Amino acid sequence: MRGMTLIVKCITQLMAPSILVLGIYVVFHGHLTPGGGFAGGVLMAGSFVLLILAYGSDKVKSDSFKNRASLLESLGIFLFLFIAIMGFLQGSFFKNVFNEWLPGESGELWSAGIIPLCNIAIGVEVAAALFAIFITLAVLKFGEKL
Amino acid sequence: MIESQWVFVLAILLFLIGLYGVLVKRNLIKIVIGLMIMEYAINLVFALIGYRSEGTSPISFNGAEQNAAAIFVDPLPQALVLTAIVIGLGTTALLVSFAVRIFEKYDTFDVRKIRKLRG
Amino acid sequence: MLTSLILLIVLMIFGAIIALESKDLLSGIISLGIVGFALTIIFLLLHAPDLAIVQIIIETLTLVILIAAVLKTTRKDTSEEFGLQKVLLWGACICFAGVFMWKFLTILNHLPPFGSPELRMSLAYLNGTAQTGAMNLVAAVILDFRAYDTLGEATVLFTSVAGIIAVLRKVGRKT
Repeated sequence: MRGMTLIVKCITQLMAPSILVLGIYVVFHGHLTPGGGFAGGVLMAGSFVLLILAYGSDKVKSDSFKNRASLLESLGIFLFLFIAIMGFLQGSFFKNVFNEWLPGESGELWSAGIIPLCNIAIGVEVAAALFAIFITLAVLKFGEKL
Repeated sequence: MIESQWVFVLAILLFLIGLYGVLVKRNLIKIVIGLMIMEYAINLVFALIGYRSEGTSPISFNGAEQNAAAIFVDPLPQALVLTAIVIGLGTTALLVSFAVRIFEKYDTFDVRKIRKLRG
Repeated sequence: MLTSLILLIVLMIFGAIIALESKDLLSGIISLGIVGFALTIIFLLLHAPDLAIVQIIIETLTLVILIAAVLKTTRKDTSEEFGLQKVLLWGACICFAGVFMWKFLTILNHLPPFGSPELRMSLAYLNGTAQTGAMNLVAAVILDFRAYDTLGEATVLFTSVAGIIAVLRKVGRKT
């Protein structure tokens, strides 16, 4: 698909990094403010989709983008499973082990044990998954090698 | 029936409109649109069940553990709806990819003409 | 509060009817956007900010995907002719809708009234959030009390992406 006019490109240059940083903030503060893994992940994916829509899809036709998105998505789920299995050290699946070993004050950034780490894993996974869906469905044309 | 129960009746009416779209329409894209309307209606019913009239959003503050059950909106239906919204996106994207692939083979979206098993 | 909720749901119903009955597929999809964005405002009025953030962005992405799919293929709706099959389908739909609505109106007297829910499971969760240490109660519920469901959801999203890439492949096909 072709890109858009010059005004849209300039505004996108200003807005897309802000949206990405907002997404990362919402993921990291998921246990203190509204948001969490899913909201931050879709925000991060939204900033990448905005960039592709404004600048055209010539730069994403290569294979490496889809491979990198798949790799990040698999890494996200693997990290989530790893955190879950680490709960076995204390007795059961998904037990909140970090709250027992290194508890923090309620309301600080490092508190609630396992929850910020799970938020990061889910945020990475959801962002990569939505980006892969968008590239496959909206960018490639009929008859193109996938 | 109390006056405030009409919100539930209207939400179920939206669900039935989506069901009409899935059963009666002939175009594949209209069937997908009907399915999406059904999902929105069910998420709405779940979010309406957990609402408390004088409550606030479920972000707790220091010193709120004493009467937490009386000042917060119910957080359990919100957790269920959060999962359902993201799964709805996955379902819709998969259905749209099926529709695009079917158009490639048969050159139409009409479900009456997609009958021969080719390939 | 109740009047604004009822007005928004009536707006959603109008948007849904226009989305299903329009002759042009593109106008139908844009009318579907009315339904999604009205749902976002309803979530904000019901004090659920998590859901509003997720719903608005996912609605935008779904609209982009649907518009891309329609612009690549065709914009016209298929022609509807009136035959016996159509009458039977209409009859089945109206029968099911009638029975469903009648049963739902009977059940409605047993539900707790709108605005004062009965929390039985949530009391156990609300009393126990001090031991998780999280401030956001919804995040504590989905990632500490019910983390297994979140694992299931991540798996479903992963499977749908794998399915999309598998359906739209071109490598190894003869045609």
